[in-house]
Amino acid sequence: MREKAIDVAIIGSGPAGMAAAISAKQAGAEDVLLIDREIEEGGILNQCIHNGFGTQIFRKDLTGPEYVHFFAEKVMASNVKVWNDTMVLELTPEREIYAISPERGMVKIKARSVVLAMGCRERPRGAINIPGDRPSGVYTAGTVQRLINIEGYMPGERFVILGSGDIGMIMARRVTLEGGRVERVVEILPYLSGLRRNYSQCIVDYNIPLQLSHTVVRINGRKHLESVTIAKVDEKRKPIAGTEETIPADTLILSVGLIPENELSKQAGVLIDPLTGGPYVDESMQTNIPGIFAAGNVVHVYDLVDWVSKAGELAGRSAGKYAVKHKEESRRKIRLLPGKNVHHIVPQFFDPLSLEEGEQKIQFRVTKPFETTVKVSMIGNNNKKVKERILRYARPSEMIEINIPQSIIGSLSRVKTLSIDVEEVKNA
Amino acid sequence: MPEKEEITKLICIMCPMGCELKVLHKGKDVLKVEGNGCPLGIKFAKEELTNPKRVIITTVQVEGGLYPLVPVRSEKPVPKSVFFKILEELRKVKVKAPLKFHQVVLKNAMNTGVNIITTRALPKA
Amino acid sequence: MSLAYYKEENKDMQKNEYDVIIIGAGVEGCMIARELSRYKLRILLIEKNDDVATGTTKANTGIVHAGYNAAVGSNKASMNVRGNALFDTIASELNVPFERIGDYVVALTDEDIPKIEALLDKGKKNGVPGIEILSKEEMLRREPNLNPNLKLALYAPTGGMVDPIGLSIAAAENAIDNGVEIKLLTEVKNLLKKGKRIVGVETNRGNFYGKWIINSAGLYSDVIMKWAGIESDFKITPRKGEYFIFDPSYKPIHSILFPTPTPTTKGILVTITTYGNIGIGPNDEETEDKEDKSTTYPGLKEVMDGGKRLVPSLNMKYIIKEFAGLRARGNAGLMHDRYSSMIPRDFIMEVPDDVVEGFVNLAGIESPGLAASPGIAEWVVNALKEHGLKMEKKKDFNPIRTPIPSFASLSREEQARLIEKDPRFGRIVCRCENVTEGEIVRAIHAPLPALSYDALKRRLHIGMGRCQGGFDTPRTIEILSRELGIPPVKVTKNGDDSFFLKRETKSVEAKK
Repeated sequence: MREKAIDVAIIGSGPAGMAAAISAKQAGAEDVLLIDREIEEGGILNQCIHNGFGTQIFRKDLTGPEYVHFFAEKVMASNVKVWNDTMVLELTPEREIYAISPERGMVKIKARSVVLAMGCRERPRGAINIPGDRPSGVYTAGTVQRLINIEGYMPGERFVILGSGDIGMIMARRVTLEGGRVERVVEILPYLSGLRRNYSQCIVDYNIPLQLSHTVVRINGRKHLESVTIAKVDEKRKPIAGTEETIPADTLILSVGLIPENELSKQAGVLIDPLTGGPYVDESMQTNIPGIFAAGNVVHVYDLVDWVSKAGELAGRSAGKYAVKHKEESRRKIRLLPGKNVHHIVPQFFDPLSLEEGEQKIQFRVTKPFETTVKVSMIGNNNKKVKERILRYARPSEMIEINIPQSIIGSLSRVKTLSIDVEEVKNA
Repeated sequence: MPEKEEITKLICIMCPMGCELKVLHKGKDVLKVEGNGCPLGIKFAKEELTNPKRVIITTVQVEGGLYPLVPVRSEKPVPKSVFFKILEELRKVKVKAPLKFHQVVLKNAMNTGVNIITTRALPKA
Repeated sequence: MSLAYYKEENKDMQKNEYDVIIIGAGVEGCMIARELSRYKLRILLIEKNDDVATGTTKANTGIVHAGYNAAVGSNKASMNVRGNALFDTIASELNVPFERIGDYVVALTDEDIPKIEALLDKGKKNGVPGIEILSKEEMLRREPNLNPNLKLALYAPTGGMVDPIGLSIAAAENAIDNGVEIKLLTEVKNLLKKGKRIVGVETNRGNFYGKWIINSAGLYSDVIMKWAGIESDFKITPRKGEYFIFDPSYKPIHSILFPTPTPTTKGILVTITTYGNIGIGPNDEETEDKEDKSTTYPGLKEVMDGGKRLVPSLNMKYIIKEFAGLRARGNAGLMHDRYSSMIPRDFIMEVPDDVVEGFVNLAGIESPGLAASPGIAEWVVNALKEHGLKMEKKKDFNPIRTPIPSFASLSREEQARLIEKDPRFGRIVCRCENVTEGEIVRAIHAPLPALSYDALKRRLHIGMGRCQGGFDTPRTIEILSRELGIPPVKVTKNGDDSFFLKRETKSVEAKK
């Protein structure tokens, strides 16, 4: 078995991994290795041929492949080693990586630091328990996207899409443009789960019928999907008897959520936040295992790829610094806790002294949509409010980022936890 | 008949924010835009009411490439009125690998003056 | 070999004559074929689906029951205990994971206690080894997540878990290795008779002739019996059972846990499969339809509630799959045992030569059919011997079946060597279960070929992990297409019209 020692290993070459590779190099790491199981870098963005990427980083509205192209150019220019068609089988807490590829066989990589950038995976049918038959013709949205855009095949002609997340809506448009018919998009929640702009340009533009507060209650067809039975749901998301409707369809696309992919992380002893499904991280994106960092959808699922790359950049920079100079000090960390109407926060821990270097960004999602002005408050465990911010609206589909300004460093001296509350502002 | 003032609700698609616009207009004359987070919202509202445009994004067939399809886009948004016609044209296009990044696969699509270009490079199989 | 299924059938008549024809390649049919392949016989195993173990065997919990449930003196009881005893040898010869993890029947109420005591008594009479009653404290020590209100439990150390599909495939492969012919996608349409004797079968791929025909058609065994002209009022009524499978990382228990049984079923149990997933089920619903493997809200709820009765902390968040299977329950009623007392006529195992000749009848083989299968195969061999079939042992019978190397279960060094030999083992196609392209290619070209996605799934557990095929499906379609020499649109999930793809993306004009 070949062995190889390197400074920084990055697992996954999607938008987080590519950004991490570049910044690790910039932080002074000599030997940076970017590993991906696909035959080219870019990850899932290669099949996301639609636009909407890059507005923050490139100040341009790019398609997925274009975003990859510009990042891959930077990766090339920064002399990062790229191993594609390579699967990481195992990561140990000592940062040893076992990776295989047809070309190199099995290689044991010893890395001074590691960035986890494996992204996320789609929630399958089993996870949402749709009863009925088990025919062919039931796919997750990402699988259909790959089939249509990369492999060049349409799985069917008449589609029902479950879930109004961005991928679901984008696939509704994509299928329509390729001559398929979207019979219905159904969403179990009483509101859209994706971005409004996608509702406008993917659903409204093509007159695709979308039903909120509905779900699929039965899959019909012994060998191939023949129809899908949907029903209205009550406030508890339980189907209401008597509201069933059976829609003939040969393909059901499931777009029912993404789950951070952390099997490797868990192997290495990385602790996972049950609220995000991703590792607990601190302000440098370091996990509980020293030298193992994480970024992007592996930490929590983002709605904008630019933010994924920004997180990758931060994790890569931290991993690069760590590789150059093992910083093993353990400093005081403040725990950030989701408070009123907040689902989760990243990072979960932060070092107040990091504010000496500049403001720190934190990201969170709300549990329900607020279409009017809201107040975000940051409250210490001493019940003192350290920061307040007003937002025009807050929606679960859009991640919110706020700063912890340098100026509050003094008021954090005895604080152990900070909780974030989001509340409606009456008569704003 | 003189046109009446009316309000049309739109969702701005200029960026992922998706601002909900309230557009006060008289026919195609936009009088006032509310709800926009930036000036792009006003531009969008005006265009949407006069000559709505969309960027075309799809794939075209490739001969001898690493993949059978290459993703493409229109360099600029094209009028919705010719959107599907261009799409039909593109179904007939078949290009040969290797392909360069932003290589033109269809020039001046439906006389819009807009080219259709690849959004990735594609090597031979 | 695999390609032959897509070509016209060979019509050569001489080749169509056999000593024994077995109808149905479920676990019974496969085990019988393998047991008969020890002898110098021409044997044909016929299966209507595109793979073995696709009927009642497919949706089986995988429990090798100890044998305390069946009525004393019944075929079920004797076959179960005998079959169970044969499992160690068979599993090791066929290289199938089998573990005697022990099974428990838990009394949750005071009323359950006498029932447990009755089971102990029955188990002892049936000859179940090592069976005993455990105190509440001991049971909770062994399985701390069990319902704390439990009273006591029955423990049978010989209860075990096996993958019923893996076992069937292994038995079929070993049988093929030893000269058995297998015909998939071949459906028996009628039996061919000459006077009182059955001389062959009529199928969609022509007629096949045999000195002996064995009915191991599972859910359809009643139909075959009708064609044979015996017991026209015998009927198989499928009993549907629904199941949940959990993510393998979630392990609240580690043995086979039954509730106290009712007169008709063993109840909804909680168990751990050979692949380390927790499984719960089955419920028990009657259905008229022999192909109805659909799940329902009420059914799944019943299973969930049943599972939670035993293990209250069961976390449904970890469910990755639900499915349903059908048990082949017959209506054969009662019969006299050798002491002339009435016992259930549960497994029908007979050579009814007073009515038809050349016919071995196996019907109503439901649970514990899997545990009983080696016993039933042994019984068939003896029955054929007794009825005059000349059976001479082969000298070169090879009992060992060598499986396709399972990449995920090898050590890192072994994996490294395997990739050096064949680089296709260096490409992971299924990321959750770490299945490689090398394994997929081998399975497609194996003696018992995998012709569809589900056939690969059954052999390699591809697509059975957390993402349930989301990642591997496009890649697997491509490999199946390439290796079988068929266009991607012809690749199926499980035969017939279960196609994955409809057309090429660009093959039709966009509609407006």
